[in-house]
Amino acid sequence: MTSLRVNGRVHEIDAPGGTRLLDVLREQCGLLGTREGCGAGECGACQVLLDGRPVASCDLPWAAVGSSAVTTVEGLGATPEGAAMRRAFVAEQAAQCGFCSSGLLVAATALLMRDPRPGDAHVRQALDGHLCRCGVHNRMLRAVQRAAADLAR
Amino acid sequence: MSRRSSHLERQPRPAQWLAWSADGGVRVRTGKVEIGQGLHDALARIVADELDLDPSQVQVAAASTVSGPDEGVTSGSLSIQEAGAALRWVAAAVREAAREPAAERFGVPADALRFEAARWCSADGRKASIAELLPAAWYHRPLDAVPPRGMGQRRRWVGQALPRPRVIALAEGQARFIHDLRWPEQLEGRVLHPPRIGDRLGALELEAVRAMPGVRSVWRDGDLLGVLADDGVAADAASRRLASIASYQAGPPPPTTEPSLRMIDERVAEAAGPTVQASAGPIGAPTWTGTEVPTSTPTATATSCASASATMHPARATALRTLRAVYTKPWIAHASLAPSCALACWSGDRLQVWTHSQGIFNLRRDLALAFGLAVEAVEVQHVEGAGCYGHNGADDVAFDAAWLARQAGGRPVRVVWSRADEMTRAPLGPAMRVELEADLDADGLVCAWRHDVHSPGHSSRPGRSATPALLGSWQTAEPQARPAAIDVASAQGGGAERNAVPGYALPAWRVRAHRVDEGRRRSSALRALGALANVFAAESFVDELARLTGRDPLRWRLDHLAHDPRARAVLQAVADDGGWPPPRGAEGFGTGLAWARYKGTGAWCAVRAEVHAGATLQVRRLVVAADLGTVVDPDGAANQLEGGAIQATSWALLETVGFDDDRVTSDRWSAYPVLRFSQVPTVLVHLIPSSEPSVGAGEAPLGPTAAAIANALHDALGVRVRDLPLTPERIVAAMPG
Repeated sequence: MTSLRVNGRVHEIDAPGGTRLLDVLREQCGLLGTREGCGAGECGACQVLLDGRPVASCDLPWAAVGSSAVTTVEGLGATPEGAAMRRAFVAEQAAQCGFCSSGLLVAATALLMRDPRPGDAHVRQALDGHLCRCGVHNRMLRAVQRAAADLAR
Repeated sequence: MSRRSSHLERQPRPAQWLAWSADGGVRVRTGKVEIGQGLHDALARIVADELDLDPSQVQVAAASTVSGPDEGVTSGSLSIQEAGAALRWVAAAVREAAREPAAERFGVPADALRFEAARWCSADGRKASIAELLPAAWYHRPLDAVPPRGMGQRRRWVGQALPRPRVIALAEGQARFIHDLRWPEQLEGRVLHPPRIGDRLGALELEAVRAMPGVRSVWRDGDLLGVLADDGVAADAASRRLASIASYQAGPPPPTTEPSLRMIDERVAEAAGPTVQASAGPIGAPTWTGTEVPTSTPTATATSCASASATMHPARATALRTLRAVYTKPWIAHASLAPSCALACWSGDRLQVWTHSQGIFNLRRDLALAFGLAVEAVEVQHVEGAGCYGHNGADDVAFDAAWLARQAGGRPVRVVWSRADEMTRAPLGPAMRVELEADLDADGLVCAWRHDVHSPGHSSRPGRSATPALLGSWQTAEPQARPAAIDVASAQGGGAERNAVPGYALPAWRVRAHRVDEGRRRSSALRALGALANVFAAESFVDELARLTGRDPLRWRLDHLAHDPRARAVLQAVADDGGWPPPRGAEGFGTGLAWARYKGTGAWCAVRAEVHAGATLQVRRLVVAADLGTVVDPDGAANQLEGGAIQATSWALLETVGFDDDRVTSDRWSAYPVLRFSQVPTVLVHLIPSSEPSVGAGEAPLGPTAAAIANALHDALGVRVRDLPLTPERIVAAMPG
């Protein structure tokens, strides 16, 4: 296993298979938008998509990714859901420090791909594994609904 | 605003604040740091208004000890007040200084000129930019103490809600944090600190760790351990191995000068009027010797005490009874979303540090103390980290990076803490105990009010003591003494006593702050400091008082605020949003409100909480009303208020640092739950329109939110819980047998 498909591009990887996907993305692929908050899959800051499914990249060996396509926050704009989510995120100013934002954007995009018109409870459930200490939760909830409405137009 | 801010007094030369760019824009410097609160965008707007520029033409440089002004610590909701006022003054002064030279150049009266896009213009269309009108030497002369003409009158950008450019970068994954800094030749470092202050590291064999792949070197210095490695993966692996072989023993008492649990000092503030000398009873040291937070007895509700009142209050024979209650809050963690991080590089005896500290000049001073350097030999540059709510591990990890970088042969070293370090080694917001008493007359009116607060000091920040306030510097083979946590002067906002002085018109009151030693725990500044416990206590007590004397809690407050129309306005705003008295909901639903003027000198803020008390206490809706004076960006201010309200909800419902013999046991998120998306209330914000001077927003809602939730819980179930957090166990325990 020497390569990894990230955001539509194939990266040649020089790291033992047990290296965390997070470290490979940041140090080998130069994609610094994926962030480490806890290293234990408890905060959601490092979340990425594997074939559209959200996973924590901090406790996943990169070799386990196999041929799956990885999407990081940098690559979200390639899908209508991700692009809508980005616009909505800016429109709602859904950040303060923004350290949690990458993971939230990834999770919200994955939700919209599964369910284009999620109800409030569904959005909260989808984002519940993501911690935010600055308290932008309501803005993020509004951003998801704004993106969903945008997609429905 | 007719006086110069103290920051401008100390640094009165325009060159310290502002310079023109070749493209006609302006570069400004500030000593206040960006910590996700949007401060630098707000400062750009203020300058843009004075110079009639687009905010995108105003670049605010990251704070630096090399080139920027010293504006102390970015704390206390003071940045717009202090840094904003300084930059507004400087920008207006620059504009007005160029007016006369422009008039001369054009040969027209100064009053006939028009100002547009940083240029003075004559009626016949001639234009000259400030940059060409003022000689370079002008910027190095101190500014006049007289306010510049027209300062603060241009309002194109101030008051507008504009998107922050940083949020666009975040959306695209392109925003950078200190964790993302990479220098050529950089090494990765990790540092292990003993689990408790004063613990001693036992003997250990380091050779096996030194032999690990990617490890450059392993260092021991007293009770500190450090590893330098080629990359983060190798550094983490070595750090884990070190942790598994390190053993620690309890050492002698920590080398602060104060014995544990002794009252260190006492501050008393009293209102003019009838003096209340005698206290209601002996008030000893607080009883938090054990691992638990001091808890009040739920049955210690207000008591009638007619016989005691005469001696307690000889000046007022009308006092018939005394109500007394005790409130507490536990130790609370900063629990920043990112672990602390710093980079350091030595070249000879010069040290460069990159940090997310809130006080770069103070950090520079303490680093110089710790390493025996002249202050000028240390350069500290601010880089954005994760959201910061007080004195967290940022300064400590800067010491760690500098300490390890000394062994790196001139290469830059990046040190990042682990999640466990962040939760267990960083300073904490201390536990507090608040004792309140009110003497009531025959009509149930308060004739005297007493507020006693017991707490460790709320600041052990760098820059204030004879020895460095940096964790690692106390743990080397030549340890420096650890400075005790103190409270800054009451006039500067105080610490434990913050917001203890009642905002109500009361015939007599007395406030006493009893500072106790923090022992082996690390106590320092966390958002709102003592205001959380003091407002939680006082505003809960007011509710109790009002209900016990048959008065509506809102009415009671308004009746005691005749002198403060801005306080009445915020209370009325939250009362009106949803109606007051609140419509009676189904069983388990309740509504409460509370307010405070932050520090007695800052923002007026009232909060309405609507809760449902079922198996757990759920906060469904918060309404926040604030009077912040002039608001630079209403959406930015709302974001700060919402964030504060949500953080306070998390504190009120969930947060408690766990200890085992003073070792922090809540070392991960699962052991230190914070409020999640499924638990977050809707938050509505009302800003009271005002053109008064700006006051900060970020800390104002914390105390009122906690109190409003407790009052809503009482409204829902009729039980009064006086200890934070308001857990299901405490709610059940407070229910009548």
